[in-house]
Amino acid sequence: MTTLRWIDYAVMLAYFAFVIGIGAALRRYVRTSEDFFLSGRSIPAWVTGLAFISANLGAQEVIGMGASGAKYGIATSHFYWVGAIPAMVFVGLFMMPFYYGSRARSVPEYLKLRFDEKTRGLNAISFATMTVFSSGISLYAMGKLLNLLLGWSFDASILVAAGIVLAYIFLGGLTSAIYNEVLQFFLIVFGFAPLVFLGLRDIGGWAGLTQRLAGVAAVNGYAPGAYTRSWAFMGHASQNPVGVEWFGLVMGLGFVLSFGYWCTDFLVVQRAMAANSMTAARRTPLIAALPKMLFPFLVIIPGMLAMVVTSTSAVRPAIASTHATGPAPGALVAPAAPAAGSDAPAPGAGGGIVPAKLDPRTGGPLRDARGRVVLDYDLATPMMLVHFFPAGLLGLGLTALLASFMSGMAGNVTAFNTVWTYDLYQSYVRPGAPDAHYLAMGRLATVFGVAISVAAAYVAASFNNIMDFLQLVFAFVNAPLFATFALGMFWRRATGHGAFAGLGAGTLAAAAHHGLSLPAGAAVGVKGGYLGVVTTYPSELAQTFWTAILAWVTCFVVTIVVSLATRPRPADELRGLVYGLTPKPEDAARRWYERPAPLAMIVLTLTVLLNLVFF
Amino acid sequence: MRLDLRTPLGALFGMVGALLAAYGAATLGQPGTAPTGIPIDLVWGLVLLGFGLAMLALARRARRDSAA
Repeated sequence: MTTLRWIDYAVMLAYFAFVIGIGAALRRYVRTSEDFFLSGRSIPAWVTGLAFISANLGAQEVIGMGASGAKYGIATSHFYWVGAIPAMVFVGLFMMPFYYGSRARSVPEYLKLRFDEKTRGLNAISFATMTVFSSGISLYAMGKLLNLLLGWSFDASILVAAGIVLAYIFLGGLTSAIYNEVLQFFLIVFGFAPLVFLGLRDIGGWAGLTQRLAGVAAVNGYAPGAYTRSWAFMGHASQNPVGVEWFGLVMGLGFVLSFGYWCTDFLVVQRAMAANSMTAARRTPLIAALPKMLFPFLVIIPGMLAMVVTSTSAVRPAIASTHATGPAPGALVAPAAPAAGSDAPAPGAGGGIVPAKLDPRTGGPLRDARGRVVLDYDLATPMMLVHFFPAGLLGLGLTALLASFMSGMAGNVTAFNTVWTYDLYQSYVRPGAPDAHYLAMGRLATVFGVAISVAAAYVAASFNNIMDFLQLVFAFVNAPLFATFALGMFWRRATGHGAFAGLGAGTLAAAAHHGLSLPAGAAVGVKGGYLGVVTTYPSELAQTFWTAILAWVTCFVVTIVVSLATRPRPADELRGLVYGLTPKPEDAARRWYERPAPLAMIVLTLTVLLNLVFF
Repeated sequence: MRLDLRTPLGALFGMVGALLAAYGAATLGQPGTAPTGIPIDLVWGLVLLGFGLAMLALARRARRDSAA
């Protein structure tokens, strides 16, 4: 357990005061429901751009990417350099003209305009449910982490964090959430940058990290560069820790999952829809892509470092934890081979500073089905914080961590209150009410959205597998959605019946594939195999990627077949909603680098360069 | 823009930077304050302070330009 000093609390309190202060300062600008839900479409592109990535910078990003960095190494960067960045370029160049230009107030509303009411209803209900549960899981993860690291009360942690998020969204609506997301973005950057610097300095820079991770690779049966080179070992699934080959990676992660998330998830798209012009809306994901492509250095490298850091020069050389310290013999990942003259431990002493997961039944280290110790990778980044940061900087680092949890939660809550009010309440419960009524309902939805999130956090705390289960459901619902949007925006013949049938079939196909497959070492249950184990994948990620591919292809094919068998809408009704029936958007920007197309070229060129540097 | 975001951004980071730098200077040389040999509170506090002041300066310039 780590004890904080007054300076750490002072940094946190300053942050809390500012986020609530921003909400209070913006309250007087919220007069209509459009002000509350869409920021009156008045925010400049640099602000919406940073909010676009910050809304996604929740627990899954900061903690999850650190965990994946520890588990899979630099190959985790594929989530960015193959996944997020190309998808962000695509949504900025090709999809934003329809979202922004159609004047739809939400992604489900676009589906209604393009397809029909039932497709909108299906998307609105599944999205609203997922956002509050996602927000609850984020809260649960935060409460658990603070309890484990600092001994703070779980109840108090989640109630205080939820109360602060509620206060600033209730007061200032989406504008307040967006402004605070930019604040949180800079906090995360400034809170984690010194961690990377200190960690790399401690082990001799990138060369030192490469050398030590070569030892980890050797112990796990991989070539020396398997944890530090992103493409070289993607020829075959057995050659890399991710357990997937290049096709599964590019199709599953790069195409289906990433495009499915970044191009269709209202949580992020809502930020761009708040921009003050069509050009600003299109530039939003492109501006976001520039810092986003550098985030692997900020969130993945700490996880990689945690696997090999053993230095006594850190401020807290002995990691105090309720966890087992380091894996027992036969661990999934053994320590790095000690470099000459280094203070690295002898083999068998532990896996860097990443502790083993505890088995709640025995109290000892948890083992997988093959008897190997399972490391608690989620603690990789938090352990790095308490290991390297002295009082003061630790306060900043923990505040950055809190900021990431809160920005993720705020993103979910603002998306929820909009979809609930516009797509469910106004459509099915009380249409035709005055605008003030919907503004009041938006505020009320913020309150019960936060309340359901808190309840979901307790549900997650009560059931061991609830997080895995919900993430599974998200994957089933999100993966086919991109096929629906791609066909809806770029094929005028796609019909509402086709979209609805495709979405249902894609989700069923995902569930069937998951139920018939299992990752190596996993037990039958929430990880898959509940319909019978027909195939086994080397890792959970490989299983996820192939589930997504199957869901997407099924949705794509079924949508086409059913669309061809049903009556299309007249072309006149689809103007502004479908490519080919919509005039190309004019760029209002004067300078060349402010225009979406050149900006996209810069982003893609830099992304290719990063892939080559870490090939 | 109704509230220039650079103002609260500059104020928060300026304040936290000053606090961190002052704490770092006051605890200089004490055990456990310099991982890998760097007085990181002092150094990083000054970086944050610089960022905060730059944001405030940009916000001030924008206010002046819009008033002119």
